Amino acid sequence: MKKTVFFGALTAAGLAAGMASAATLDDVKAKGFLQCGVTTGLVGFAAPDANGEWTGFDVGVCRAVAAAIFGDPTAVKFTPTTGKTRFTALASGEVDMLARNTTWTFSRDVDLKFEFNGVNYYDGQGFMIPKNLGVTSAKELDGATVCIQTGTTTELNLADFFRKNNISYEPVPIETNAEGNQQYLAGACDAYTTDASGLASTRATFENPQDHVILPEIISKEPLGPLVRHGDHEWGDVVRWTLNALIAAEELGVTSANVDELAKGTNNPEVNRLLGTEGNLGEMLGLSGDWAVNAIKAGGNYGELFETHIGENTPIGLARGLNAQWTDGGLLYSPPFR
Amino acid sequence: MSAITDPPPKSFRLSMLVNDTRYRSYTFQFIALVLLIMLVSYLGANLVQNLADQGQNISYGFLGEPAGYDINQRPIPYENQDTHMRAAFVGVLNTLIVAFLGCLTATIIGVFAGVARLSQNWIVRKLMAIYVEAFRNVPVLIWILIIYTVMTAAMPAPNAFRGDTPAASMVLDAVAFTNRGVYVPAPIWGEGSMIVVLVFLASIAGAIYYRRYATKLLYDTGRLLPMGWPSLAILFVPTLLIFFILGQPISLDYPVLKGFNFGGGLHIRGSLIALWFALAVYTGAFIAENVRAGIQAVSHGQTEAAASLGLRPSRIMNLVVLPQALRVIIPPVISQYLNLTKNSSLAIAVGYMDVTGTLGGITLNQTGRAIETILLLMLFYLAISLAISGVMNAYNNAIKLKER
Repeated sequence: MKKTVFFGALTAAGLAAGMASAATLDDVKAKGFLQCGVTTGLVGFAAPDANGEWTGFDVGVCRAVAAAIFGDPTAVKFTPTTGKTRFTALASGEVDMLARNTTWTFSRDVDLKFEFNGVNYYDGQGFMIPKNLGVTSAKELDGATVCIQTGTTTELNLADFFRKNNISYEPVPIETNAEGNQQYLAGACDAYTTDASGLASTRATFENPQDHVILPEIISKEPLGPLVRHGDHEWGDVVRWTLNALIAAEELGVTSANVDELAKGTNNPEVNRLLGTEGNLGEMLGLSGDWAVNAIKAGGNYGELFETHIGENTPIGLARGLNAQWTDGGLLYSPPFR
Repeated sequence: MSAITDPPPKSFRLSMLVNDTRYRSYTFQFIALVLLIMLVSYLGANLVQNLADQGQNISYGFLGEPAGYDINQRPIPYENQDTHMRAAFVGVLNTLIVAFLGCLTATIIGVFAGVARLSQNWIVRKLMAIYVEAFRNVPVLIWILIIYTVMTAAMPAPNAFRGDTPAASMVLDAVAFTNRGVYVPAPIWGEGSMIVVLVFLASIAGAIYYRRYATKLLYDTGRLLPMGWPSLAILFVPTLLIFFILGQPISLDYPVLKGFNFGGGLHIRGSLIALWFALAVYTGAFIAENVRAGIQAVSHGQTEAAASLGLRPSRIMNLVVLPQALRVIIPPVISQYLNLTKNSSLAIAVGYMDVTGTLGGITLNQTGRAIETILLLMLFYLAISLAISGVMNAYNNAIKLKER
């Protein structure tokens, strides 16, 4: 009997994995909506607003993909995932794509069999600490209690950082960002560590954000981006080029305001190819010709998404930094649409 | 005259497999077994096939690789360059620690509450009824979270102990209650401390021997030796003498504020306290009901008979009722111990690094080897549960009614 239960559990896992193969684009088209994995709530990146509508920077990517496929940015359903459940959710086919502050690493790409479709936010791990502790550098954190989300790359970076600097710490593993906030504000941990963007977003939700500082050290590279299951390259291409379209749109000056105007035809052939008035790029992806127009109309180009959700005029107040276009000294660089 | 001869044995016919009651049950059991084997092998093959389709295989190689993460509560030396295997082992020990502490505390609470539920005192009886109903009817996860949240919110942070007029102070200058847990003095084992420990162990044996001797003397001759103070004297006097003769080899390491936290001493983390306490009071409520049922199963005539012999109420409970009640109490308590051990896997809710948190949490996440780690976890919980029920069944056999 014990054996039966045992294999039953195995099989449930196996069956779920088996269903997740090939032709995701067809599946998505057939069911009429996109299932997108997001965080359980990180203001600015993905969180439900007052009306229960998911909104944020990562959510914007999901909506753009949905718009590229269906022409409708609302044809998407969101599945909140924790750091622990996200990969199982994607591998088992519960979600079609994951847009969830997930760091692109070698082992996730190669060993876990996922495919990262680019980077929508170049981030790095930082520390937040109450101002009254008087700490100015992460290297002064010897002996500190540090809250950390379990199952993330930050956990490993933290271990490496303290080891490298030969100082000790006490990790307090927590499951979600909300739990981390609570522990940190109650003083159960001295410092909270996660991606610097996540810290900024978390701090924005505090009652007195000015009482907390984010330390200057960035201790890791965290390229965050959307990902899909490995092996379905057509689907991977759809997500990758939708993201590239948003980035290229900003570079080419295509915004949600002028995209309809520009889609009538311009004298810039690259804009024409992107917006489908020239060539058949959309067809090659298995989408309609105006896929990029719809994706850009969904929430704007990359720059618009950034400014609306996490930019300097929002409570989160992140500067573009590394996430500026390459022409402005940043790292955003879309391959040509040709 | 006619000789009675056995009827010739009927030859076996295939239809008898279904029609003959002697064979029918075997037939159906055999069919069920074949179907079961087919189902299991189908599911197993399906799993292997699906894994192969995804380009993955079952491999335990990751256990030998460096884990890369830190664990806060380490019963054995561990650092982040040690292997996943060692991290899993640290988790196993943490599970065993909380399971052991939980079972012990739950038993004490349960026996106390179970006896008190049958008290003559109305208030005591009703209070215990409220305890039992409140705790066993709310999910244990909720209790874990409530206790942990209350602790982090209500207790002072280590910061509050700082300064000339601190907002919080240590109890007796030795114990600090903070929202990160409780800091208590830790013993330092100096030179010669082993002798003290050995003397203490010998004293325990001596005390047990004295009590046996006193009982035997009572049964043989009817002479009643005092039990209480001589046992205590045997337990502590020699140990204390040796302790001072050797010049106090065991000293205490007091917790002191150092940097961000208290340093020194023993840190009992809030996560352990919350998990331990919640599991103990939750399971204690169930054990209380088992104890009550066991006591009520002992016929009232026994109590009356003992009372008419002139036994005091405490002796009636200890000598007459409880030995008989234990036979009813032990079997359900075994399953409560198993429940408590398995419920300890809720540890991750408060960040207690048990085996589900290390092997089934961080290791699973960092290596992505879900099936392998879950199999190992199932194996571990199965082994530990069987071990507990093995030990408890042996105890049950020792105390059960000896039938001759």
